[in-house]
Amino acid sequence: MTKFVIILLSAVFINNYVLTKFLGICPFLGVSKKLNQATGMSIAVIFVMMMATAVTYPIQTYLLTPHNLSYLQTIVFILVIAALVQLVEIILKRYIPSLHKSLGVYLPLITTNCAVLGVTILNIDEGYTFAEAMINSLGSGLGFFLAMVMFAGVRSVIEGADIPKAFRGLPVTLVAASITSLSFLGFSGVIENLFG
Amino acid sequence: MTLKDNFLKGIIKENPVLMLVLGTCPTLAVSTGVTSALGMGAAATVVLLCSNIVISALRNIIPDKVRIPCYIVLIAGFVTMVQMLVKAFAPALDKSLGIFLPLIVVNCIILGRAEMFANKNKVFDSAVDALGMGLGFTLALFLMATIRETLGSGTFMGFEIPFLIDNNISIMTMAPGGFLVFGILMAIVAKITGGKNSKKSFGCAGCPSAAICGKTACESKEDAV
Repeated sequence: MTKFVIILLSAVFINNYVLTKFLGICPFLGVSKKLNQATGMSIAVIFVMMMATAVTYPIQTYLLTPHNLSYLQTIVFILVIAALVQLVEIILKRYIPSLHKSLGVYLPLITTNCAVLGVTILNIDEGYTFAEAMINSLGSGLGFFLAMVMFAGVRSVIEGADIPKAFRGLPVTLVAASITSLSFLGFSGVIENLFG
Repeated sequence: MTLKDNFLKGIIKENPVLMLVLGTCPTLAVSTGVTSALGMGAAATVVLLCSNIVISALRNIIPDKVRIPCYIVLIAGFVTMVQMLVKAFAPALDKSLGIFLPLIVVNCIILGRAEMFANKNKVFDSAVDALGMGLGFTLALFLMATIRETLGSGTFMGFEIPFLIDNNISIMTMAPGGFLVFGILMAIVAKITGGKNSKKSFGCAGCPSAAICGKTACESKEDAV
């Protein structure tokens, strides 16, 4: 049980996907301007990360590894994720149109999101069991959510600030991201102290 | 467009990292050291060159409706090849690039060039475009890595630099330093170009996913940016 908690907390705070691992920077910078968009995107990412892990982990363990096909990992995973996202979109559109309306627009963008492919490959590389892999995906998704929501708040403050002309737009956003990421460095060592 | 313009546009006028703001994730992640930055640049350039040539050669065969999945499969194939080559001949590089080597598949620059250039142009032009873009990507990575490595670790490609080695600012090699250096570089580029680059950032124009997403998300994204 402790192991699950450690994995979850490290994924959310210490190895935060966006702020320390640099995965999923595009949506982090692109969709974080409004809080509701940031929330919608993050929920879609959590959902797709969990689904993708649930599908790719058995494929790797029962299909690729026993048949010495591990070198096909990259191709198989990206295809499975792309197909999965399409499928989820079609199902949502047909059966839960209200959810499709709020999440649907973000789904296609997630196909080429490196955080999703990254989490599935890292789960295999780290040698997690299926349950651990699912917890890690949940944690990574929640970490993405946390970073997005925090950053949406930071950006709403930048909005009203008087910024030098050259820094307007993306540069000041990146500098703000740097400071947000600095705050996350404070979490390093927390796990060792709590559970070590 | 002449051959020279086609080649040079990727390096300066349409530099994928500094002007089009594509491929930010690998740029930030592998620029902690000059060696890994050059390795990443080379790997991405090889993939981009191969994918641009093949996609351009097949541009009349691939049906328009399923072109994105086709491109992704082709790119993933080339990435796997590069991955195997790097693992076999440069294991140290494989270690320092880590997860970002397979993640070249989802690097926006490669899909972006396929969508914006290779599927409309002849094979030779696409190859030249790929070389220019690859070189532009590598140079931008090199620039960032030079700043981060010399200030952060006090070394350049592993060689120690006097004074800096004893006074290194280790935050530069960590995540916040990456965002900071990139932000300042973008500001310098904005100053030089008079703000031409920041307009394009994260709009539909620079987004290779625009065709897949039906622009609904992008439109709301665009008014957000």
